[in-house]
Amino acid sequence: MTTTATGTEVRSRAKITARTLRTDRWWLAPLLTVLGLLAFVVYATIRAFMGRYYWVDDYHYLTPFYSPCMSQSCIPEAAHFGRPLPEFPGFIPLAVISLPFLLAFRLTCYYYRRAYYRSFWLSPPACAVAEPHAKYTGETRFPLVLQNFHRYFFYAALIISLINTYDALLAFNTADGFGIGLGNLILLGNVLLLWAYTLSCHSCRHIVGGRLRHFSRHPVRYWAWTQVSKLNARHMQFAWITLGTLVLTDAYVMAVSAEWFSDLRFYN
Amino acid sequence: MSTMRDFRIWRGDETGGALVDYQVEVNEGEVVLDVIHRLQATQAPDLAVRWNCKAGKCGSCSAEINGKPRLMCMTRMSVFAPDETVTVTPLRTFPVIRDLVTDVSYNYEKARQIPAFAPPPDLRPGEYRMMQVDVERSQEFRKCIECFLCQNTCHVTRDHEENKRVFAGPRLFIRAAELDMHPLDTRKDRKEFAQAEQGLGYCNITKCCTEVCPEHIKITDNGIIPMKERVVDRRYDPLVWLGSKIFRRRS
Amino acid sequence: MTEIERLSFDVVVIGAGGAGLRAAIEARLHGKRTAVVCKSLFGKAHTVMAEGGAAAAMGNVNPRDNWKVHFQDTMRGGKFLNHWRMAELHAKEAPDRIWELETYGALFDRTPDGKISQRNFGGHQYPRLAHVGDRTGLELIRTLQQKVVALQQEDDANPDSDGCIEVYAECTITEILLDEIGRVAGAFGYRRESGQFVLFQAPAVVLATGGIGKSYKVTSNSWEYTGDGHALALRAGASLVNMEFVQFHPTGMVWPPSVKGILVTESVRGDGGVLLNSEGRRFMFDYVPDVFRSQYAETEEEADRWYDDPDNNRRPPELLPRDEVARAINAEVKAGRGSPHGGVFLDVSTRMPAEVIRRRLPSMYHQFKELADVDITAEPMEVGPTCHYVMGGVDVDPDSTAASVPGLFAAGEVAGGMHGSNRLGGNSLSDLLVFGRRAGAAAAAYHSSVVGDLPQVPESAVAAAVETALAPFATESGENPYALQQELQQVMNDLVGIIRRADELEQALVRLAELKERAKKVSVTGGRRYNPAWHLALDLRNMLLVSECVARAALERKESRGGHTRDDYPDMDPAWRRINLVCSLRGDTVVVEHRPLPAMPVELLRLFDIEELRKYMTEEELAVLESDMTESAIGQSGVEAGAEFGAGRSGSTADGKEGTSR
Ligand SMILES: Cc1cc2nc3c(=O)[nH]c(=O)nc-3n(C[C@H](O)[C@H](O)[C@H](O)COP(=O)(O)OP(=O)(O)OC[C@H]3O[C@@H](n4cnc5c(N)ncnc54)[C@H](O)[C@@H]3O)c2cc1C
Ligand code: SF4
Ligand code: SF4
Ligand code: FES
Ligand code: FES
Repeated sequence: MTTTATGTEVRSRAKITARTLRTDRWWLAPLLTVLGLLAFVVYATIRAFMGRYYWVDDYHYLTPFYSPCMSQSCIPEAAHFGRPLPEFPGFIPLAVISLPFLLAFRLTCYYYRRAYYRSFWLSPPACAVAEPHAKYTGETRFPLVLQNFHRYFFYAALIISLINTYDALLAFNTADGFGIGLGNLILLGNVLLLWAYTLSCHSCRHIVGGRLRHFSRHPVRYWAWTQVSKLNARHMQFAWITLGTLVLTDAYVMAVSAEWFSDLRFYN
Repeated sequence: MSTMRDFRIWRGDETGGALVDYQVEVNEGEVVLDVIHRLQATQAPDLAVRWNCKAGKCGSCSAEINGKPRLMCMTRMSVFAPDETVTVTPLRTFPVIRDLVTDVSYNYEKARQIPAFAPPPDLRPGEYRMMQVDVERSQEFRKCIECFLCQNTCHVTRDHEENKRVFAGPRLFIRAAELDMHPLDTRKDRKEFAQAEQGLGYCNITKCCTEVCPEHIKITDNGIIPMKERVVDRRYDPLVWLGSKIFRRRS
Repeated sequence: MTEIERLSFDVVVIGAGGAGLRAAIEARLHGKRTAVVCKSLFGKAHTVMAEGGAAAAMGNVNPRDNWKVHFQDTMRGGKFLNHWRMAELHAKEAPDRIWELETYGALFDRTPDGKISQRNFGGHQYPRLAHVGDRTGLELIRTLQQKVVALQQEDDANPDSDGCIEVYAECTITEILLDEIGRVAGAFGYRRESGQFVLFQAPAVVLATGGIGKSYKVTSNSWEYTGDGHALALRAGASLVNMEFVQFHPTGMVWPPSVKGILVTESVRGDGGVLLNSEGRRFMFDYVPDVFRSQYAETEEEADRWYDDPDNNRRPPELLPRDEVARAINAEVKAGRGSPHGGVFLDVSTRMPAEVIRRRLPSMYHQFKELADVDITAEPMEVGPTCHYVMGGVDVDPDSTAASVPGLFAAGEVAGGMHGSNRLGGNSLSDLLVFGRRAGAAAAAYHSSVVGDLPQVPESAVAAAVETALAPFATESGENPYALQQELQQVMNDLVGIIRRADELEQALVRLAELKERAKKVSVTGGRRYNPAWHLALDLRNMLLVSECVARAALERKESRGGHTRDDYPDMDPAWRRINLVCSLRGDTVVVEHRPLPAMPVELLRLFDIEELRKYMTEEELAVLESDMTESAIGQSGVEAGAEFGAGRSGSTADGKEGTSR
């Protein structure tokens, strides 16, 4: 059977018409994914274009949604890297330098791809549930072939993570010198988790050591690969957690900045 | 302790078929395959089913149980509610031969297209030296028992018969990865082969293969994605490309 | 007339397990047009189930190991009933066969210096088993399968080359056909998928069909093990040797009932697992037989030290050969010290950290977790004996694996002699490779020798085979094959099981005769396409025939040795060591004959301490031996001296010279 076909007849599959015979709630996971991602996108869009409440002057908190802020429109203290860019009209977000890269990083992320292919594109909605499309070419053609550029967005994300870290560290230096508030902890926690997400990236795992054939000849890279692999096993969790912490961090900075409530200070 | 349970089993062949209802005795600790065997012995002697080891080692008894691709010999009856009807159907992606048996030759044909292990010409048997850390990645893929559940579940061919021409499937992607990560394989073009001939690009990493693999091989994370990244090295990464150009010029 | 697909090959290999694939590869490498036929899908033969490893004296872990030690261990394990020449060839060639697998792409577990790692196993003095976790059989079969594919790719690339290798999966052979002068002319069978008949015309047929375990109710074997090859050989006129020896593996799962018999690999013990009875006692210390007393630890402390310092301590008695451990477990359970489900406890949870267990024994961990809800890292397993391996098989010439019928060869579990009365764990996988390769080469050579005068299959034989195969359809409302099989399994389990008695064996023969009559009337419904009832009906015939051989030989051998334990003759009898029981078919009846065991040449005997031989040999043998061993200049003449102990088969004793390992 394996090498000599029994005949030239083309055989057909068992005729089972049901789209799936799964009896569990297979639609729940894609539904939650849609809701979760949509909620984030809506929030992020509103905030990115809001143009206010991104900087807490007293404590030097800068929300990651506006970092780096490099336009003449930025609050000067919030612009940690100067303001070389001209004034922006309202429809351009102030962090236009980083946001597209971050968006592309997450859009081309192997985990998010899986999530939205399944939940938005239903390709497939769940395992062993038929997808509704008549044709399928996967990531072989434009535009999806561009998913292969994930690695560059990873490089960009590394730089942006550095910037976010810088922002978070600067925030310890308030207008009155060193101080710690709840906002600092939130910023710091967010940055740590962003690092976890970024470093757990599959491309990172590959670059750090995955591409080697002989681990034994590169003990340091092997060690690094092992560590990244451990993080990588949690990449999906980090993907969701960081969406949450980004919103939380930004909302906190917004709230303090808009003076809806004041920051809880532990020291100075 | 035995109870009577409801089973629905697809009976038929390529000309047609239907789900047939059975009432059958089930005892404590049994798996679905035990129940199918009892059906054969008592009610349906010619019920066709493929199996071999009944220990989850050979990968013969793949089927779809309540819509989920699984090994019949490793699906315990205790995972179902006592009043739940258990529906067993043949693998959907492959042509049916009869009842629960399908023609899985697609997988063997694809396996035959992958270039075999290319041993180093200068090493004789007994001279191979490989470090455990270097063989571990490939060893994970060699756990594969060729149950073809991943091949069956992958929507690329499950939902698109026409893709069988261009798509080798997850089982063969991990074979490619296994060879590409083998410490002593001498072929250099496995990435190109995976992309151009195996249809690696068709995979949209939705991970159903990993979800159904009874050997818990991380097909996507450890096999397919690393292969995609290796392809990127060759085809889409200007830094690496540049590096290789400069390096080649120097050497 | 029924349509028959006719194919023609130089060599046909029946069986795609380790032995079959290795034979086919060898035949193809000799430029032969080769077919491999198997009952299941390609790559799913029984060999995939092997767990522990393949024994080969590579000396990677303990450099003191070499073929001589391996040979000694094998002979000891088989209680000196092995065919010495097979044991010798096996011990010498096994390392090369394992190394060769690496060139096919196999990835064994490694030692720190990058060589193939080797693990301890029952009856082996040194760590000797090449392994991959606990899935060595899978690695072996996948490697050979991929080598076959590699050769097919070569053939595809050179369409003009002579040789080829084709795989006919899901195709069952029901008869070996002979030509007018009694030479093999082909093999007849049906494709399971379609029910179509196939005739393979070929002068050389290699049997590599594995064992017979499915005739027992509690077994670690898969459905394929219906003794087809044994029966095919008998019907073709060849004989079987050592059929009374059936290995019961000491550790099979005992609960839940539906998985009873599934194997718990010996590596659990090799890696430190201990056997405990319901009182928590390591009872194996009470069961070390005299012949092994000097090699096994007497205290738990010594046994435990052995894992780290094997040179200065003796090994734990849990690692005695399988027959000893199986009998000990049986005795404990009978004495009322068993576990709740009628086994004993096998514990690793208190001996290794959970994470080490999961890494070293991954499939055992999963097997118990998924099938029995038992977490072996936290609690002991319950285990009991299960039918595992048949030492008996086709009587072959050691060097060429040729059976007495011209053109018929046998290798692997289906061949007899190599393991004597009891096989050591790990010796089967290496046996498959060593003798698989030899069978392939010998079949190729045989084909070359008859190529000018190829045997022709007589049409009458084909017609008879068709008729036999279709008989179950002709009978209406006869016996149910499934019911018959269950009865047979019960009979073998209860009456020809691990402990045997004359009256029970006689009773078994009566029951088997009844079943044989009823089997003639089995009937099946439905069509020929993938009809399992029909498949079973045809397999039943083989199971019954082989079961009869086991029962008859067991009744005949009036002693206990290795895989044959007689309640009424509980001791090993040196006189019986000199005798092989040989089964053959006369008409419809199985006859058992005595034949002297081929004698071991003196240079091999010298590997053993005379005190050890004393435990196995008769006074008469010892007398000759002592005078012989004291003579200093024995050298090559040892062969002749050895021959005096009993006339060996021609071709084996005559060729006593040192087989050089390639
Ligand atoms: C659970 C388990 C664990 C084991 N572990 C070990 C171990 O660790 N080490 C070790 O050395 N040994 C081990 N053994 C023993 C060893 O696996 C077997 O003895 C060995 O695999 C037999 O191989 P084989 O090539 O002779 O036959 P198999 O691998 O059994 O192959 C038989 C082949 O013959 C085919 N066949 C049979 N009848 C027909 C027919 N009528 N027509 C066509 N084809 C036919 C079958 O389809 C199959 O392809 C283990 C056995 C079991 C059951
Ligand atoms: S991850 Fe890729 S290969 Fe696996 S099932 Fe999904 S599409 Fe198929
Ligand atoms: S990778 Fe897993 S699911 Fe796929 S064939 Fe192998 S064992 Fe089965
Ligand atoms: S960020 Fe998710 S894979 Fe790279
Ligand atoms: S029968 Fe072998 S995996 Fe189920």
